[in-house]
Amino acid sequence: MKYMLLMQFSAAGTDFPGIDTWTPQEVQAHIAFMGEVNDKLTAAGEWVDAQGLGGPQQARIVCAGEGGTPVVTEGPFAETKEFLAGFWIIDCDSPQRAVELAAYISTAPGPGGRPLNMPIEVHPVMSAPAQEL
Amino acid sequence: MASTDPRFEDLLRELAPQVLGVLARRFGDFATAEDAVQEALLAAATQWPAEGVPANPRGWLIQVGYRRMIELVRGEQARRRREDLVARRDPDDRQYAPAADEELTAERDDTLVLLMLCCHPALAPASAVALTLRAVGGLSTAEIARAFLVPEATMAQRISRAKQRIRASGLPFRMPEPAERADRLTAVRQVLYLVFTEGHTSTTGPDLRRIDLAVEAIRLTRALHTLLPDDSESAGLLALMLLTEARGPARTGPSGELISLADQDRSRWDATAIAEGVALVTRALPRGPIGPYQVQAAIAALHDEAPSTQQTDWPQILALYQVLERLVGSPVVALNRAVATAMVYGPAAGLAALDALADDPRLAGHHRLPAARAHLHEMAGDREQAVTDFRAAAARTSSVPEQRYLTMRAARLAAEASPPAPEA
Repeated sequence: MKYMLLMQFSAAGTDFPGIDTWTPQEVQAHIAFMGEVNDKLTAAGEWVDAQGLGGPQQARIVCAGEGGTPVVTEGPFAETKEFLAGFWIIDCDSPQRAVELAAYISTAPGPGGRPLNMPIEVHPVMSAPAQEL
Repeated sequence: MASTDPRFEDLLRELAPQVLGVLARRFGDFATAEDAVQEALLAAATQWPAEGVPANPRGWLIQVGYRRMIELVRGEQARRRREDLVARRDPDDRQYAPAADEELTAERDDTLVLLMLCCHPALAPASAVALTLRAVGGLSTAEIARAFLVPEATMAQRISRAKQRIRASGLPFRMPEPAERADRLTAVRQVLYLVFTEGHTSTTGPDLRRIDLAVEAIRLTRALHTLLPDDSESAGLLALMLLTEARGPARTGPSGELISLADQDRSRWDATAIAEGVALVTRALPRGPIGPYQVQAAIAALHDEAPSTQQTDWPQILALYQVLERLVGSPVVALNRAVATAMVYGPAAGLAALDALADDPRLAGHHRLPAARAHLHEMAGDREQAVTDFRAAAARTSSVPEQRYLTMRAARLAAEASPPAPEA
């Protein structure tokens, strides 16, 4: 079963300062942990994909305007209280295992090396085989 | 496999488990033998198209695999010595490579031993599936990875962990004890059926290089049935696969949309596969012992032989679901029985049977229950309730084609329920 784990930061759900205010050691420890996550997932035969995303300053919102021409709204979006920092796609044996992995990612270290316990969204990927209906 | 010539592919896949059996027996080391065989297959796939198939392809593969095996074992022993560990194996007394024409285990086919090993209950289903496809199916890691839409490195790791697990559990390379055989065979059938159902995964975009898992599952199950012709449940499994796959061409429309059994163009069903499946299940059932795959095959046969949904022998199908329910008390079976009940006694009776399942925790959040309910409400002419249930089912499925089907179904009913547009 494939799942997408989303690392979504929201003003409501996070109670730690932005990564740009951490000490170099704290940032380093956080990056090292993320590398470890990918190593563990690969070693377990569960890794499908993982990517970090550019911050809200780099994000764009695009709509089709007149005649299909793109109408681009630049970030940061004052009205958006949350942004997507990154995602993993995993292929694991059970929903319980997906939850377990999300909880592990949630413990990524932050200021003072303490676990961030950040919220991780777990979404099933629509990859189930179709049955005869 | 690098070869694009299907003739080589079929031959290599057929020989793979036989060669693996020979090497695993000789060296008493399944995990290393499995690697050696993969390399021998690769060598054959690259050399045979240029040089032609050798006179004794099996002997050729055994020789190449054997040489590679010696290298692997030596390399490992050197490593162990470096790590100051006691080497467990000593191939010195087997220094001679077998001649290509040597009848090593002439009449022996180790496919069954391999299946029992790769489908061992100690392995997680996904690991057993991957290992079976590689060791018994002769597929490469890359092919298996593509079939399951995961990176090759991930699949390689999954297979290697499964092999480590087998090695660590000290499972011998031989037939399990008679007392254990029935359970192990049950596990083998479950893994093969899992491969088969995975074959109905929708692909995003046409991937011509993607292995057809349903075809692979049928091939391996056919091998199982050939080895155990008197095992009625294995015959039943092969029949079920053939009878299900026979409907394949009619199951989806031009843009991959699912077409329900009732709406399928039955002239597009594969008559040859149906005939074979029916013959298999007809032979197996009276022989017994009866098992869930035979019963499901019998149900599939009744569907496949019917000219239409209306002219289907629903009373017989209902009776078979009742038998199946006694064999496996699964809520999904009870759900199918409820639908069959509706076909025999009308939608109200079916809905009453579904109500009994409403609180089953095993179906909680499952899309099949609202989907079945929706169909029965539609049958009963209760459009509004059917729309609600179709939408609920669409929101719960994790299959894209099913979601589209259920959404369309709800949309059509909702459109019918609204005031009709003036006739064009």
